[in-house]
Amino acid sequence: MGKGGFSTKEKMMPLFDYLVFPGFLFTVSAGLLAGWIDRKVTARIQWRVGPPWYQNFVDIVKLLGKEVIVPKGSGGAFLLSPYLGLLSAVLIATILGKNLFFHSELFRADLIVLLYLLVIPAIAVILGASSSRNPLASVGASREIKLVLSYELPFILAIIAVAIRAKGSIQLAQILSSQASAGSNIFSWSGFLAFIVVLFCMQAKLGMNPFDIAEAEQEIMAGTMIEYSGLPLAVFKLTKASLLYTMPLLVIFLFLGKDTSPLFIILKFIAILVLIILIKNTNPRLRIDQALKFFWGPATLLAILSVALAAGGL
Amino acid sequence: MDLRLKALTKSIWVFHVSAGSCNNCDIEILDCFTPRFDIERFGIQLIGSVRHADALLVTGAMSRKAVPLLKKIYEQAAKPCLVVACGICAVSQNMFRDSYNVAGPLDSIIPVDVYIPGCPPKPEAIIAGIAKLTDKIKNKK
Repeated sequence: MGKGGFSTKEKMMPLFDYLVFPGFLFTVSAGLLAGWIDRKVTARIQWRVGPPWYQNFVDIVKLLGKEVIVPKGSGGAFLLSPYLGLLSAVLIATILGKNLFFHSELFRADLIVLLYLLVIPAIAVILGASSSRNPLASVGASREIKLVLSYELPFILAIIAVAIRAKGSIQLAQILSSQASAGSNIFSWSGFLAFIVVLFCMQAKLGMNPFDIAEAEQEIMAGTMIEYSGLPLAVFKLTKASLLYTMPLLVIFLFLGKDTSPLFIILKFIAILVLIILIKNTNPRLRIDQALKFFWGPATLLAILSVALAAGGL
Repeated sequence: MDLRLKALTKSIWVFHVSAGSCNNCDIEILDCFTPRFDIERFGIQLIGSVRHADALLVTGAMSRKAVPLLKKIYEQAAKPCLVVACGICAVSQNMFRDSYNVAGPLDSIIPVDVYIPGCPPKPEAIIAGIAKLTDKIKNKK
């Protein structure tokens, strides 16, 4: 780097990172496999057998072969917003993967960038749903907006607690290294409280059951997704899959970052995944006002308590 | 065989349309998703929106009020979309044949791919019908 400019290989490396490993291809395959774990565990809880491991891949291939229907009068946002969501979800996964698999320190404050990027898939869903001109989709979009507003506050507070524990650093690599020396965050009082808060926020971000209010299949007919078919629907499914891979990974970063050998990461990943699937399968859907009350009440209080404990050094 | 068609046979998302049914077929359809039969093993799911559907599962005797809606739903589905007539009412109208308020069997309204007779059809019969459906897609090429 510097005066001579980049060589071809150096120019291609970010592209490779973004498109193959740890970016698009890897993220999407890992996410679809995580989605299979979701379906399989759900099936076993209900005493069923469940689909084979390649089921989610087959679903995507099938959706690619279907007709794409664009509602009359919907704007360009209807077809573009799925890509917006997928691009940012893959970017999150790339940032996390670069830190985790290559132990490279990216740049200062990449945690802040990550927080902004994590909102964009939700914004993409809102954009696409509101431009589809379907009344049920607009109900879904308004619920999604309220949900984003409600879970962002405790989520960011909990992450502030983690940043305080890492001696004020907002760089992922430093959060990891501080945990490597001082032990995982989850085994301290402030870290444990923040972990509980982030667990619920993750449930809402992934649209899983106590908080799948925006995409309620039974009451508003798939809500925000109602007008999507074929390729755009497949892209939304891929976005969801890559979020299902990145969110547990982010939790590993923030709370369980002591041991980062591949085997331990996989074990921790599956443990967190099964935990959120269990929450999903044992809780009924909340109303949007109940969700708002939950996030701005108990969840925010817990997060504030955790920030105070972290500032006190516990 | 075309990869897309092959994928279609392994992942059929079903949209359930009730066109004046007595609810008996609908209960049997839900039975297919219970632990004993569990057709999610074959990638079959009930979905909420017609736009996601690969198959319309139509039950009932086609009452005159339901027929325009049924046609609309069929037009809204993304093609290729298969149609399954479930229950003897949808297949041939059974005892409602001469009734004044039904509009004729399902295949006189929209093209039908598979017929599942029975009043109501057992879950086994519905699974056999789905097997026929996948065979039909495979032979169509």
